[in-house]
Amino acid sequence: MNPTASSKPATAIGLAPSEIDASCRLPLLVLLMSGAAWLVIASGFGLISSIKFHSSDFLAGPAWLTYGRVHPAASNAFLYGFCLQSGLGVSLWLLARLGRTSLAQGWLVTVGAIAWNLGVSVGVLGILAGDRTGFETLDMPGYATPMVFLGSVLIGIRGALTFHQRREQRLYVSQWFLFAALFWFPWIYSTAQLLLVTFPVRGVMQSVIAWWYADNLRVVWLWLAGLGAVFYFVPKLARRELQNRNLALCAFWSILLFGSWGGIPNSAPVPAWMPALSTVGTVLTTVALLAVGLSVWKTAGRGGPAGASERLPLRFVLFGVLAFLGAGFMRVFSSLPPVSNVTDLTWFGPAIEHLNAYGFFAMVSFGAAYWILPHLMGLEFPWPRLARAHFWLASLGIVLLAAPLAIAGVLAGLKLRSPDNAFMDVVRATLPCLRVSTMGELLMALGHVAFLANLAGLAARFYRVRAAAAFSSLTLDVYKPAGAKP
Amino acid sequence: MNYGPLLFLAAFFALAGSWFGFVLTPQAQIGQLQQTNILGAPTLYPQARPGLARQGLEVYRANGCADCHSQQVRQSATVCDVLLSAAGTNPPAVLSALFKVKPGLSEPDARQCLSSLPQRLLEGLKPEEADTAVKVLNVAGAKAVVAIVPVGPDIARGWGKRRSVARDFIFDYPVALGSQRIGPDLANISMRQPDAGWHLRHLYAPRLEVKGSAMPPYRFLFEMRKIERCPSPDAMVLPRDAGPPPGYEIVPKPEAIALVAYLLSLRADAPLFEAPLTFAPGAGAAGGTNAPAAAELTPTNAPAASDATPTNAPAK
Repeated sequence: MNPTASSKPATAIGLAPSEIDASCRLPLLVLLMSGAAWLVIASGFGLISSIKFHSSDFLAGPAWLTYGRVHPAASNAFLYGFCLQSGLGVSLWLLARLGRTSLAQGWLVTVGAIAWNLGVSVGVLGILAGDRTGFETLDMPGYATPMVFLGSVLIGIRGALTFHQRREQRLYVSQWFLFAALFWFPWIYSTAQLLLVTFPVRGVMQSVIAWWYADNLRVVWLWLAGLGAVFYFVPKLARRELQNRNLALCAFWSILLFGSWGGIPNSAPVPAWMPALSTVGTVLTTVALLAVGLSVWKTAGRGGPAGASERLPLRFVLFGVLAFLGAGFMRVFSSLPPVSNVTDLTWFGPAIEHLNAYGFFAMVSFGAAYWILPHLMGLEFPWPRLARAHFWLASLGIVLLAAPLAIAGVLAGLKLRSPDNAFMDVVRATLPCLRVSTMGELLMALGHVAFLANLAGLAARFYRVRAAAAFSSLTLDVYKPAGAKP
Repeated sequence: MNYGPLLFLAAFFALAGSWFGFVLTPQAQIGQLQQTNILGAPTLYPQARPGLARQGLEVYRANGCADCHSQQVRQSATVCDVLLSAAGTNPPAVLSALFKVKPGLSEPDARQCLSSLPQRLLEGLKPEEADTAVKVLNVAGAKAVVAIVPVGPDIARGWGKRRSVARDFIFDYPVALGSQRIGPDLANISMRQPDAGWHLRHLYAPRLEVKGSAMPPYRFLFEMRKIERCPSPDAMVLPRDAGPPPGYEIVPKPEAIALVAYLLSLRADAPLFEAPLTFAPGAGAAGGTNAPAAAELTPTNAPAASDATPTNAPAK
């Protein structure tokens, strides 16, 4: 079906994989390492905000630790610090590898990554200081966002250039997804930033644009970047060609055409055509879900036995695909008016967001990082057992986080339907679920520490080997006998 | 799909479509909403919030109140009630009209009904049914009007009188619609709880006012200070176990006072063209007694109300 689908070159066009990896090494290391660091910070804040639900006096003293600041700090650090950053890193590597060319001006990517991280740091500190914008998923204050935008443009342009300079002319499916994602983010981010913060629009238009932005980021961007990686890694790790290109094409078009129309809740105080159109768009994304599910099942279900080094990344990626399907169908389901009457404005929404951003996107990114980094460094991870533990902690954690929240959402939604249930009874009914979800957050946080430790250990080992080599070559220079050339 | 430019154009037009649909078109439709008349009253709505309340919205935003509290009332339908306000001068005709519009009614009940006016005679009708009933009663010489009543779980819970509409928010930045109801909806909190002292105590120690509340305390909006010559008039009155040590007092900071001013400005129940409702005598009184604005808003016996309401009653 797709002769060039395999990522291994049939003929020797372009650069060798080792040369490509060398050009990506520093930028990718910076992007993935700082992504992992943000992940640990985000899960720390997430744990604090989760504990506050069952003991509301916990850390209630200082203003910067109040729930309304810690919670957006966690979600923004996770989304902008980890998801987008590691997503960009993996995308750049994939674009270089699939185009069989080196990363264009990698040092500018490193500069972009530094600007990005500065922006996110200022933004998260700003949220803690009480300067959040008040628009969910766009909480970072206006003085932090230009740096984030600059970083995204620097990285995005390098990605587009890498794509442009490709030696392999025929495009693989992942390249469509990644290229669209690269160009999507600056557009939605600048629109939202200009119309919500710089020159704010009037009244509920703010909410409409905030919903549009949040959905385009959490659904379209994360799906495009995540599926780009899925369509690369599943065939590669399962050692079987992608089945097949047309299904992937179908998924790509339905995400672009229908996915970008979601996000407006049915109960919103806006003219009724907006939620109606949004429901239609969301329901039509079913096409993408079915296409991806079928394609991955046909590819990985009959794939050859994965080797030891491929098993762990493949496990992460396949878990991600399952979570993608789960979150996607929950999203379609809860956009239907009879269901959304119950699930809107409850914990059901956060359950979908967690399952999508963490269960799908983060898990795929973990799988990608566990595969890419050893190749980039030419070294194995120092603690493979810790990496396996990370998989179990993360997968168990996200299940224990998303499932109870979804149950709590449905419970609360049903109880709120009847005015006979006092509001406090509704709150009390959700408490057991929230306790379980804190356990989930704790497991995930432990997993993130393991991930960061492995990444840091790998980087340390790599630079220790290099330093030792440099040192020995220097010392050999000094002590080598005169006239003897090695 | 092997050409970069083609791919770029595909992605460009797909995104441009969604941008056109959900950014540009809504902006053209609701981006310029203005104040309008309340139905049946020469009052403009909404009014911009007072300055202190606007500062309070900043406190609301900074501390993420909207993460747990929504500000949108949902409505599942609009029904019509028939209100009978006067029996007229021809009791036998009115009685027979009553039996016509409310078939199951016994004679003593009907007489009882006529002796205790005004009365909510019929509830939950469709617009055309209500119009027919009103016509029958009015022909008999009684005085009956159609009342428009929004219904739904939120409204039954007392969180509002009608659904929230886009116009309610035109003066707010940021608009804090919220995405979750971890705490109750606040769109009409000043109608439910107009007492500033209650709000201050609730912010300082939520469980003093609401038993078992999951809301975190906002003690950083208050200041504990030593009583100098005489206690401050603003000092909080707290039970002994929650209060400050002797010789000290707890005073709300300006942020707390602004936040409470904002909460007390949250009220969106004016009848509008896009969200009509009729304040009924008796029914409206329960919610409106201690809210001064209610007096201006209730067109109880203003005939203009019945002129203005047919907007969604096609029978006329």
